[in-house]
Amino acid sequence: MDVAAARELGAGIAVIALAGVGIGIGNIFSALVTSIARNPSARDQVFGLGILGFALTEAVALFALLIAFLILFA
Amino acid sequence: MAAESIKIEPLEQFDLHRVLGGLGVNFTQANLVMVIGAMLVMALLFYGARPRAVVPGRLQAAAELAHDFIYRMAIDQIGPEGKRFFPFLFTLFFFVLMGNLLGLIPFVFTYTSHIAVTAALAIMVIVLVTVVALMEHGLNFFTYFFPAGAPVWLAPLIVPIEIISYLSRPVSLSIRLFANMVAGHVMFAVFATFIVMLGSIGVIGMLGAAGPLAINVVLMGFELLVAALQAYVFAILTCIYLHDAVHLH
Repeated sequence: MDVAAARELGAGIAVIALAGVGIGIGNIFSALVTSIARNPSARDQVFGLGILGFALTEAVALFALLIAFLILFA
Repeated sequence: MAAESIKIEPLEQFDLHRVLGGLGVNFTQANLVMVIGAMLVMALLFYGARPRAVVPGRLQAAAELAHDFIYRMAIDQIGPEGKRFFPFLFTLFFFVLMGNLLGLIPFVFTYTSHIAVTAALAIMVIVLVTVVALMEHGLNFFTYFFPAGAPVWLAPLIVPIEIISYLSRPVSLSIRLFANMVAGHVMFAVFATFIVMLGSIGVIGMLGAAGPLAINVVLMGFELLVAALQAYVFAILTCIYLHDAVHLH
């Protein structure tokens, strides 16, 4: 297997982490929707927390994406 | 094929070039955008605060909104002591926000897309947090690494974990912002190159190029969200770290 092929395979493998991130973000927003539906008056406080959790989880996706970009282009 | 000759080079946009002849030092376009961003924030505050009207105009309302947003965040997260850190948090938030937002204007450099910039900010934050904790609590600060009430025989396990998590804060803080910006702009570049590639293979390609163009338009909206969100996350994590420093858990 030549280096170019291995490089593209490696980039593909690196973004498998996105599966976990997808589950995580789905969990965060499902919990957010549930909590707002149960107690709509808590929306302002809970929304900020949800967005914070989303950003922290999304960062993991970006770490994986960054590794993929490094493999591909650096 | 013409399309073969077009290469995707998404990292090219992050190259630094000297502007204004370097001004005697290494003055790059990143520094120029930093100066412009700082000027914009200062102009907003200066011209926004000048009317001092009871019923604020548009500019004054924007300045007051910006002030109150960070002020409320500092008080909510840190507690009454948050007032002391408000100027720092305000500067940090708007420096990052300006970097993210100005970078979305085509041909404007995104200075937050360089690890050197975000790492410098994150190291500044973590040094400040450590100094504040040491000043507030003296050597009591080191009990931070061993939560009260945990069984003593767990100390060899808990203390290293707490130290590692403390030291990994600046790493995650800087890489989060930097990776978000790089990934967004690389995505722009990749889809923009698709447009050029498709456009170079004839009429059908040109019609097909509407696809990546539409994706780039949607992506711009998403990146506006990400730009504001990452500045918010950077500021709120700084708040949370400062809360830990002031209250020790």
